[in-house]
Amino acid sequence: MASGKIMRYAAMLRSGEITSVKLTEAYLEKISVLNPEINAYVSVNAEKALASAKEADAMISRGEGYVLTGIPFGIKDNIATKGEETTCCSRILKGYRPTYNATVYERLVERGAVVLGKNNMDEFAMGSSTETSCYGAAYNPHDKGHVPGGSSGGGAAAVAAGLAAYTLGSDTGGSIRQPAAFCGVVGLKPTYGAVSRYGLIAYGSSLDQIGPIASSVEDAAIVFDAIKGADKRDQTSSGGTEPTVDKLDGNVKGLRIGIAEEYFDGISADTLAGVRKAIDFYAGSGAEIVKVSLPMLKDALPVYYIIACAEASSNLGRYDGIRYGYRAARYDDVNDMIMRTRSEGFGREVKRRIMLGTYVLSSGYFDAYYKKALRLRESIVTAFTKIFAECDVLIAPVAPTTAFPVNYTADNMIETYMSDICTVPVNIAGLPAISVPCGKDGKNLPVGMQIIGKKFDELTVLRAAYAYERAGLTDVSLDTGVTL
Amino acid sequence: MKDYKLVIGLETHVELQTKSKIFCSCPTAFGAEPNTHCCPVCTGEPGSLPILNKEVLAYAVRAGLATNCRISRITHLDRKNYVYPDLPKAYQISQFDEPICVGGYVELDSGKRIRINHIHVEEDAGKLVHEDGYTYIDYNRGGVPLIEIVSEPDITDIAEAREYMEKLQITMRHIGVSDCKMQEGSMRCDVNISVHKEGEPLGTRTEIKNMNSLSFMERALSYEYARQCDVLESGEKVVQETRRYNEGSQTTESMRSKEDAQDYRYFPEPDILTVEVSDEFVDAIRSAMPELPTALRKRYVEKYGLGETEADLIVKYKKIADFFNDCARQANPKLAANLILGQIFRGMQTEEEKEAFGIKVTPSQLAELVKLQDEGKINAQIARQTLKKMLEEGKDASAYLTEDDLKGVDSGAIDKLCAEAVAANARAVNDYRNGKTQAIKALVGYVMKATRGKADAGEAEKKIIALIGG
Repeated sequence: MASGKIMRYAAMLRSGEITSVKLTEAYLEKISVLNPEINAYVSVNAEKALASAKEADAMISRGEGYVLTGIPFGIKDNIATKGEETTCCSRILKGYRPTYNATVYERLVERGAVVLGKNNMDEFAMGSSTETSCYGAAYNPHDKGHVPGGSSGGGAAAVAAGLAAYTLGSDTGGSIRQPAAFCGVVGLKPTYGAVSRYGLIAYGSSLDQIGPIASSVEDAAIVFDAIKGADKRDQTSSGGTEPTVDKLDGNVKGLRIGIAEEYFDGISADTLAGVRKAIDFYAGSGAEIVKVSLPMLKDALPVYYIIACAEASSNLGRYDGIRYGYRAARYDDVNDMIMRTRSEGFGREVKRRIMLGTYVLSSGYFDAYYKKALRLRESIVTAFTKIFAECDVLIAPVAPTTAFPVNYTADNMIETYMSDICTVPVNIAGLPAISVPCGKDGKNLPVGMQIIGKKFDELTVLRAAYAYERAGLTDVSLDTGVTL
Repeated sequence: MKDYKLVIGLETHVELQTKSKIFCSCPTAFGAEPNTHCCPVCTGEPGSLPILNKEVLAYAVRAGLATNCRISRITHLDRKNYVYPDLPKAYQISQFDEPICVGGYVELDSGKRIRINHIHVEEDAGKLVHEDGYTYIDYNRGGVPLIEIVSEPDITDIAEAREYMEKLQITMRHIGVSDCKMQEGSMRCDVNISVHKEGEPLGTRTEIKNMNSLSFMERALSYEYARQCDVLESGEKVVQETRRYNEGSQTTESMRSKEDAQDYRYFPEPDILTVEVSDEFVDAIRSAMPELPTALRKRYVEKYGLGETEADLIVKYKKIADFFNDCARQANPKLAANLILGQIFRGMQTEEEKEAFGIKVTPSQLAELVKLQDEGKINAQIARQTLKKMLEEGKDASAYLTEDDLKGVDSGAIDKLCAEAVAANARAVNDYRNGKTQAIKALVGYVMKATRGKADAGEAEKKIIALIGG
């Protein structure tokens, strides 16, 4: 009955059918074959992975293992791992090795999970295609002429291609959900605060959230259960550690599903068809479909770009070449050094957002942009709160289209910004949402649907998603696992 | 120049004496090896997050209550963005529009109140060290908590500015939030100064940054006052700008004009939640608040009968006041004050020594000695002599006092000896009556000699004067 890989691997590891070392070797082998084409990983540490696998095997044989013990995963290149290069796929952080571990990483490693390497991403998580990475673009395993989405495109591609049992991504405006949809896998963006951000290199601090990308809802729930819960090193974190995975039962009878038509404006026909079909499934399974209205959704995009860029302009100020990372080779004095380092170290998109953010916070413009955005943010939060009195979850598309062709976004910047319309409202309001595959388009590219829930109600979101998955409707995955 | 009125507002930075830093658990102690009191939060490593130390808010609230401020019930932190190598995040976490304390005042001796606009909390930056042609950065000080006390422009002369600063300094020390050592940088101020003619609107102000001693502040203010008057007298306009004080030339010089002023792009710090300050939190701080300097001074004068100068001296130095308070709980306060100021304090040459007040005698040891004097077992002179030895060796008074010393002299016997002295020294008595007040010494000497120094010379003198009619 297990729908995911993790439970299956966990059982095999306990029965002695496989060892973590074998499993890890199989993943490393597959990475060495496929990664050159997909570029899902920017660094792989085989030696370390095998050493942790050995330890995991020992844990399991002592009967001390957890579900995740011995199972290999990938981690986005913006999550700090002590002593290992963590660069946000930016030239400016080349060579930076954190002196500490992110909380999420610590929580997985404590459970004996085996990290394979760092996943490719858009530079500083700014992008929707994983094409702005300083390590080169990642590609969609379904069709290498298309992008895997972004910014956690490497992590989504890795899961889709079977290069990790699961990966950790981060989502500031859709960066877990959109690549999961483009790659036909599951991505969970938890409630703001449900998972500690300690060790996540900040883009938009009030929007950023770490979450799992996995090949099933069940796997996403297992990983979420392992990483969530308040952390004394992140004051914005809160929430309990009550597991969700044992409460997934496939039952959606009486679940009130809200449909806000505003989410369906300007959505491509193939995507619409996929999401509508999913809604029909729920209606047919005893859920109640409720029509709701979210007129302020049109404000979400500008609000998102103002707040995210404002915070980014401040968060990225620290990359000055003084303490770590890249430093310009030639300079006259300290100011010149900082200026040259930043000019040479940041890519175009990052510079664009730093400038946008600096502008909206500048005196004279602050009230018209940043302050107004904060006010509108409040009204978006209120609107969602009202809607969740009428329904338990919302269903919406993840993105207006399926995966973009490669090299498309660079020439269509505004359209790419616009394509975040379905994902950013959730970050603005701090809500949990999952992206679940729901069919394919005419080009055989995956379509995703989004299930959005109330704050800290990941359980209802996961249960709803799981019902769809159990009905056998999500399977667009390429991943055939590893040959053991 | 006399026609110009002076207007001064002060922004005073006070480093708080909390054990750990404002956003992490690193120690705040001064003087450690460079970059040893540091963690990913202090050095602004990517991905690290600040955790607000509640103790810092408690200290700020204490400072606010001591300066008659209202305590905000909702307060939040903001980012102040600017680029400088000692600021590892390229922003300082500070407070902008919802500071922890608002609207207080400091009362000067004249009764005039200098209003306080607000007090906010913020983090200190690291320190640049220039050596052998290189610049090194020490982040130990990064994240040390500060409060900034911002006055209204109510100060109208330089003496008031000094008095205001001294009052703040003494108050902050008494409530234990800071040692306020300007020489170590744990207290420093920026001054805003403008001049205008009576009846005319306020003039354009300049700001002089980072004054680290009161005498520099006074010199900077007086130079800047004269400079602004000269500018106006010559028909020109004062330029709004930031200036620095040059200690060598004792002048102020321009740092940057208003046009080059930084745009700090303040916005709410998203990594730290808005703080709700509860009544219980404030009440607990209020009820644990030590007696403030003004109240102490009043008590010393009214209850203990100390002179105002004595009271001021004790209050001025927190450690002396603590020592005195402890002693005064156990023995006669007036006698204790005489010994502390006359014997201990007088021997201390520098301000640092007085502030540190590091002596070998404990308050209880001094109280024991005071009791002996108070009970008439020893006289003031022996008390002084004994204290001198105690200060050198740190032993109890009993270690130095002989049985003979402790016999005391009964008051009847002294009366008798005084009468004898008058009878036996007719010439000295005459001299005294003829205005040679020095002649009294011979009469007192007679009594002292007869008692082998055990009589209280002051008492004896009073008695003799009473006998011969002063």
